[in-house]
Amino acid sequence: MTKPHPVVDPGTAPYWAALKEKRLILKSCRACGQAHFYPREICPHCYSDDLDWIEAKGTGEIYSYTVAVRPAGQAFEADAPYTIAIVTLDEGPRMMTRIVAADADAVEIGKKVTVRFVEEDDLVLPFFALGGA
Amino acid sequence: MKDHEAVIVGVADAPLINGKVAQPGSALQIVARCAKAALDEAGLTLGDVDGLFTAGMWGIPGVGQLPTVTLSEFLGIRPVVHDGTNIGGSAFEAHLGHAALAIEQGLCDVALIVYGSAQRSEMSRNLAGRPATLTMQFETPWGLPTPVGGYALAAMRHMHEYGTTREHLAEIAVAARAWAGLNPAATKRDPITVDDVLAAPTISKPLGLLDCCLVTDGGGAIVVTRASHAKAQGLKPIHVRGHGQAATHWTIAAMPDLARLTAAEMASERAFAMAGVTHDAIDLVEVYDSFTITTLLTLEALGFAERGGGGEFVSNGRIAPGGAFPLNTNGGGLSYAHPGMYGIFLLIEAVRQMRGEVEPERQIANVRTALVHGTGGTLSSGATCILSLD
Repeated sequence: MTKPHPVVDPGTAPYWAALKEKRLILKSCRACGQAHFYPREICPHCYSDDLDWIEAKGTGEIYSYTVAVRPAGQAFEADAPYTIAIVTLDEGPRMMTRIVAADADAVEIGKKVTVRFVEEDDLVLPFFALGGA
Repeated sequence: MKDHEAVIVGVADAPLINGKVAQPGSALQIVARCAKAALDEAGLTLGDVDGLFTAGMWGIPGVGQLPTVTLSEFLGIRPVVHDGTNIGGSAFEAHLGHAALAIEQGLCDVALIVYGSAQRSEMSRNLAGRPATLTMQFETPWGLPTPVGGYALAAMRHMHEYGTTREHLAEIAVAARAWAGLNPAATKRDPITVDDVLAAPTISKPLGLLDCCLVTDGGGAIVVTRASHAKAQGLKPIHVRGHGQAATHWTIAAMPDLARLTAAEMASERAFAMAGVTHDAIDLVEVYDSFTITTLLTLEALGFAERGGGGEFVSNGRIAPGGAFPLNTNGGGLSYAHPGMYGIFLLIEAVRQMRGEVEPERQIANVRTALVHGTGGTLSSGATCILSLD
């Protein structure tokens, strides 16, 4: 069973297109200098609309995680148990991700992680693996 | 008591057997039966209702997208105040605040707040993600089991920051079950221990099966009108002295601080200020317990427990029957019932406790002021009501 694919819209298309090229991009505000995730139309920090895309370094640390023992529906049954994390990127924003299966047993809050682009069902997702860049 | 003030004059819930409505029916039928029962209690009929307040998960996509409009037709009424505010399971605390304002401003005379769900009977509940459109593009593709996964992420962060343990969370489940044991209407009544909670299958680490609310049917209704009507009918009115609401995020990664329930802090601060009371005045607290962590975060956010001290606060049976801080005296979403959205049942239980009409074993003596707090979404929204007998 195919996993749920994002229904890409004009506001998110650049993000998903960059992932296909193994790049993680963020919206950043020219007015206040802060990046945010996921991409918005107005800066959620200072409410300016003067936004730009920047390329993230792809590094951060684990803010929290859970191990999904019971999967989110049939599409994820083969993966269970799997580790979902919220990562604080070095640029500031937090994003949801999954930690690669090989690192599952060593996951802890506060550990450094680096993006690992994983291709599945014609979709590239920014997983993370333990360890700095 | 001023004549124009809004008061609760009727409440009702749908009788359940093993978590299913005793009298099988659709969500609309369940709503209609509860509405009639609450109006009967108030000495009113559907013909008196001119304000309709509801949130629900039935008929979506379809007639449920305009729930007050559909319900008006089904009930045969023509309300002039409609409120389909949906901020999750806390919607009904928001509805009560809105209903009180509408009545006090003269926009309507009789407000009906209703909820109904046949999710257990229809087997329509599942953990699969929400459609990956708009903001959910950044959550659903990861396979986060909803809603439990978001609460698990919060629990893990709270444990990391404050040393909260699974045993602390288990105390909350054990207390809820003990209250349910005193409530003949509750779905799960057999006592459980901390060890039982720890030994239950893990759903989304660190939360196990007994850290999660039930999946049941359910329905409820609340009737709000002017104090002058209550006086004329000889009803014991329950006043809405303060209310507040807030929301901070929907996708869990956007929650400002996973170890802190900011929406509950904001909502309750406003409710306390409007009511003009402090924590000392509160005789009874009823809070949304979708998961054990929800209760813990809420007690901290409302200011009853210190920040980070929720685990210690609930320890040693403090919130269980006989404890110093009775909480969720019907057994809560964890052990009484949880029909998708639970917020209306917090209010119903508070009203019955204030009237002194629940079973003697779980009746809290002399509840003059009660605080009810609903949480909706994934720790997303909060709405607080402070109710008073005078």
